[in-house]
Amino acid sequence: MARKFDAGYYLSEGFHSIFTHGFMSFAAVCMIVACLLIMGSFSLVAVNLDHMLGDLEAENEFIAYVDDTYTEAQARAMQSELEKISNVSKVTFVTRAQALEDFKSGRESNPLLDDLAPEVLRDRFRIHVADIEQLSATCEAVRLVEGVDDLSVALEIAQGFILVRNIATGVALVLIAILAVVSLFIIANTIKLATFYRREEIAIMKMCGATNAFVQWPFVVEGLILGLTGALLAFFAQWGIYQLVAKLVIQGNGLSLITIVGYESMARMILLIFCATGALIGVGGSLLAIRKFLQV
Amino acid sequence: MVRLIDVYKEYDNGTKALKGVNMRIDDGEFVFLVGPSGSGKSTVIKLITGEIAATEGRLMVNGYSLSNISVRQIPYMRRTLGIIFQDFRLIEKKTVYENLSFAMRAIGASARELRRRIPYVLELVGLEQKADHYPGQLSGGEQQRVAIARALVNNPSMIIADEPTGNLDPQRSLEIMTLLERINELGTTMLVVTHERALVNRFAKRVVAIENGRIISDETGGYYNGEKI
Repeated sequence: MARKFDAGYYLSEGFHSIFTHGFMSFAAVCMIVACLLIMGSFSLVAVNLDHMLGDLEAENEFIAYVDDTYTEAQARAMQSELEKISNVSKVTFVTRAQALEDFKSGRESNPLLDDLAPEVLRDRFRIHVADIEQLSATCEAVRLVEGVDDLSVALEIAQGFILVRNIATGVALVLIAILAVVSLFIIANTIKLATFYRREEIAIMKMCGATNAFVQWPFVVEGLILGLTGALLAFFAQWGIYQLVAKLVIQGNGLSLITIVGYESMARMILLIFCATGALIGVGGSLLAIRKFLQV
Repeated sequence: MVRLIDVYKEYDNGTKALKGVNMRIDDGEFVFLVGPSGSGKSTVIKLITGEIAATEGRLMVNGYSLSNISVRQIPYMRRTLGIIFQDFRLIEKKTVYENLSFAMRAIGASARELRRRIPYVLELVGLEQKADHYPGQLSGGEQQRVAIARALVNNPSMIIADEPTGNLDPQRSLEIMTLLERINELGTTMLVVTHERALVNRFAKRVVAIENGRIISDETGGYYNGEKI
């Protein structure tokens, strides 16, 4: 008589049970939405912070001055050597004439600069690094290149960026992990409450000879549906909230320097993460909740 | 067939519920298990259904040795049993038909098997007209009939009824017991736990009396509380 796996039955029981226990299902979905929104909002703040720090990092460069005795041709020849150094992402040669132009730019009204000759300055390279955390080691390597006379580098600023980014990432990760665990237990308790009303059904099934797997499957389906429903609702709610906050931040006075990452560019990833997390806490919560009632 | 050989049961709180119980119920028998509250009747039922394990001794239930049964095998052992409770334990949100199909689905029966078996069982208990009713729309006696139908629907070789008439008036109790007797006559072994002296005496079946965790008498058509009928 017994069949191994009746997917149709599990699906229909899972769906049916969601509507039969409508209020508890609603409560579970609300909890999933709330938990995902809190986690999502915090993650999005962290993403934007990381993005802004990334922008600032990208603007962080140091200057390698070329030995004064080198001709422009000799200086230009150093570029390939510099580009070979690991962690160097971009090398731009700046002649002393160009450097003077840059210096004068914005200071046109200062008559003292009119007679300044390019020879007072040195040829130089503007060097960008890929990873700001390795800036110190990169500077040492650049210093060893023949023809490099001196460096102008703001190591303290770079270390400041690193510190801020590490703290932001660390705090975000810890908070997200804590929220994920808290969410799992809240969902498990919500589903446990729903399961508590059905302990009699479970006891009857067990007394009739149902296997644990047979009893669990409809709950797994139910948890999965609730989790995915919560994830979808949280995804769209997050979208709305994010757009609203982004608009307010951009419109805000004095905050024009802040750049916001577009939700659309992250939407697919957010949807994927929400669905995976929703499914995980829905199914995990169901299994956690039903465990006790299976020991009949 | 059920066999209990030198079975002892001591609960975690130190209560010694059974003290060396020996009992044998052969296929097709009708047995009353009687005794006062706290005598060990419920412990015997729980041991037979695999809800709890014996502290000592051997148990055999319909070919399964419960002394060394694995957790995975317990559901299959339970499929050989049908259980009836004093408080019926029907699912209020399901109709009579759905309560029965729920029990059949629990062991993986197909929709075709449901359609074939449930009308037959409902007819057997006299409820073929009430298939679409909810438990709340039925009398106590009818609800117990549904519970009997549910116990019977998976065609078990043995039915265990735990105080099946405890919530019913004398007339309904008699009807239920008559129904159980009829089912027994069709070949299903019957173990009925009760403390209703009048019913036990009226049906004159085998009576196993238990008191203080020990079997004190085991007579056919015979004893209840030490008094010969």
